[in-house]
Amino acid sequence: MTSSAAVEARPRRGLNAGRLGRRHGWTVGVYVLLLLLILYWHTIPANWGSFDVQSLAIDALPLAFAAMAQSVVIISGGIDLSVGSLISLVNVVSAKYMIDMGFRNALLFGALLLLGSAAAGAFTGSLIVLTRVPDIVVTLAMLFVWAGVALEILQIPGGGAPTQYLQLGTGHWWSQWIPSGLVILLLAYAIFWLPLRWARPGLALYSIGSNRNAAYLSGVGVARTRIFAYALGGLFCGLAGLSLSATSGIGDPNAGQYYTLNSVAAAVLGGVLLVGGVGGLIGPIAAAFVVTLVKTILILKGVDQNWAQVIQGTLIIVVVMIGGLAIRQRRRT
Amino acid sequence: MSAGSPQIASPAARLRAAQRLLSDNPAIALTFIFIALFVVTDIVNRAQSGKAFLTPTQVSTTFLYAAPLALLAAGQTLVMLTGGVDLSVATTATAGAFITSGTAQAQGTGTALLLALGLGFGIGLVNGIGVAIFRVNPLIMTLGISSVTLGALTIYSQKRFVALVPNIVNTLGSSRFLKYVPYDLLVWAPIAALIILGLRYSGFGRMIFAVGDNPVACRLAGVRVWQVLLLVYALCGAFSAVAGILLVGFNDAADLGIAAPFLLPSVAAVVIGGTSILGGSGGYGGTILGALILTVLDSLLTILNASQALKQILYGAIILALAWLYARTSSGD
Repeated sequence: MTSSAAVEARPRRGLNAGRLGRRHGWTVGVYVLLLLLILYWHTIPANWGSFDVQSLAIDALPLAFAAMAQSVVIISGGIDLSVGSLISLVNVVSAKYMIDMGFRNALLFGALLLLGSAAAGAFTGSLIVLTRVPDIVVTLAMLFVWAGVALEILQIPGGGAPTQYLQLGTGHWWSQWIPSGLVILLLAYAIFWLPLRWARPGLALYSIGSNRNAAYLSGVGVARTRIFAYALGGLFCGLAGLSLSATSGIGDPNAGQYYTLNSVAAAVLGGVLLVGGVGGLIGPIAAAFVVTLVKTILILKGVDQNWAQVIQGTLIIVVVMIGGLAIRQRRRT
Repeated sequence: MSAGSPQIASPAARLRAAQRLLSDNPAIALTFIFIALFVVTDIVNRAQSGKAFLTPTQVSTTFLYAAPLALLAAGQTLVMLTGGVDLSVATTATAGAFITSGTAQAQGTGTALLLALGLGFGIGLVNGIGVAIFRVNPLIMTLGISSVTLGALTIYSQKRFVALVPNIVNTLGSSRFLKYVPYDLLVWAPIAALIILGLRYSGFGRMIFAVGDNPVACRLAGVRVWQVLLLVYALCGAFSAVAGILLVGFNDAADLGIAAPFLLPSVAAVVIGGTSILGGSGGYGGTILGALILTVLDSLLTILNASQALKQILYGAIILALAWLYARTSSGD
């Protein structure tokens, strides 16, 4: 203990390679993994091209947003099991009402829905803070509440959106190789996360995740920050739900189920530790593409859709198991 | 405390006494709620259709319907006593149902039942390995196993096999003897007795409470915590398979959604029964009453023509409200 404190106290000049490696090694690893998968993937179809890039972006976009939502909450020391059903709810509401709207109204309505889903997240966070019931229980209850509301709004898959709105998720900008969804994803990251990450709210988020008591004692508003984390998570869920309607073209009350577990998997694979306080959002975004790409490759290889689900699920479990071992290693050192 | 209680109690003191009674003896309050709910359903049913609900036949039907739920909740109780939760119980039950109906023709009823039980035990064991050895968060582990199992079941259900529910399973799941006693009570009652007595008097039972209460202290005291967890999850899987066997007997056919509606109620029954979601306190007696209460509530909602969506929202709200109530009573004063 004392020796490590002495190491910490040593003044640092310039870049510390070891520290950089510890901090960003995992994220870099995920990007290398993604790159390797892409290299392999582009050899499989006979004429791999911009169309394949487009469809990967379409498949991965909602999961990338879901992973961001989950990561923010996990970093703050919680976990959100209601991610999937909140996505369903936003998806269902947008598809049900946007179908009769013009493009501009649809965009306005989408913005309104983002506010609504952030409020829904804040509601969940407030319940957790007020009732002092563990995060897992409250979000498990909310999982069923939001799913129930979604089912009440739209019993069977249906609805739609104006064509221009669908283009946001499925089209491309500037070049055929740049899917519009990818641009929106990066924009959302730059607008909603980067400014916060290094400002007070972001630091508070990390501090309550890594040591809640210490954060409280140094004057961080723990309750406020927890609610903020869930609200930000709700906002990203809203983006996931809206992009799901844009990429799939319909609303489906059960569509979100896929995202509850896979968002956790993408967060863990992206370097976010389940104990909280560690990780970022850039890793989980890449992990969401990795998770999606694994399934794409399996299906391209001619594996049955259901087998692909089984294999993908097994891989996710293995990832989470390795993540569990990583936490144990960290505790030991 | 009881000897020195004042003669004239203020309303606040009386409320606190009621809370104390509820937290010390949830069974009394729960029995009262069960009876009250039955009477309310009777009144509503008379108003709606002019028929009584408070009849021996309906009481017997309630027990018949409650058995699969109570068995799912039995495994859930054990897992939650250790501080975890198992979200794969419904899928495991579905797997049990499929194996029973899918192998009965070729292998004989006895072998089919053994296979179903073995599969349930095996799925639970995999959960246990993840939770106990790799320290994966129970929710994530069981959710992942559930999705993998469901994928595998989908593949299995697409294969050509002769689905046949053996007569004895059908009788067990849906008939009664002596006019009012459901056959499934013959399965449920011994298991219930075993769990209640086992939790109270066996070393393993006490160990479950200890592990849920303080796993670190247990490990330091020389308990092999991982072995206890492994067995608990495996038992949970086996009980879920039993529930699946009863369900396939009741429905006389297996489909992929046979047990899914029971997932949330299985958690709700345990929470209603007073088992702490944090582990370490509670028992199966309360869970039985929780399952009975939920079954009557389900009848009441069906009489009132409530949609599946509304039921789901209500179950979520009940879990939340009760978790809050129990958290208050245990941490209050």
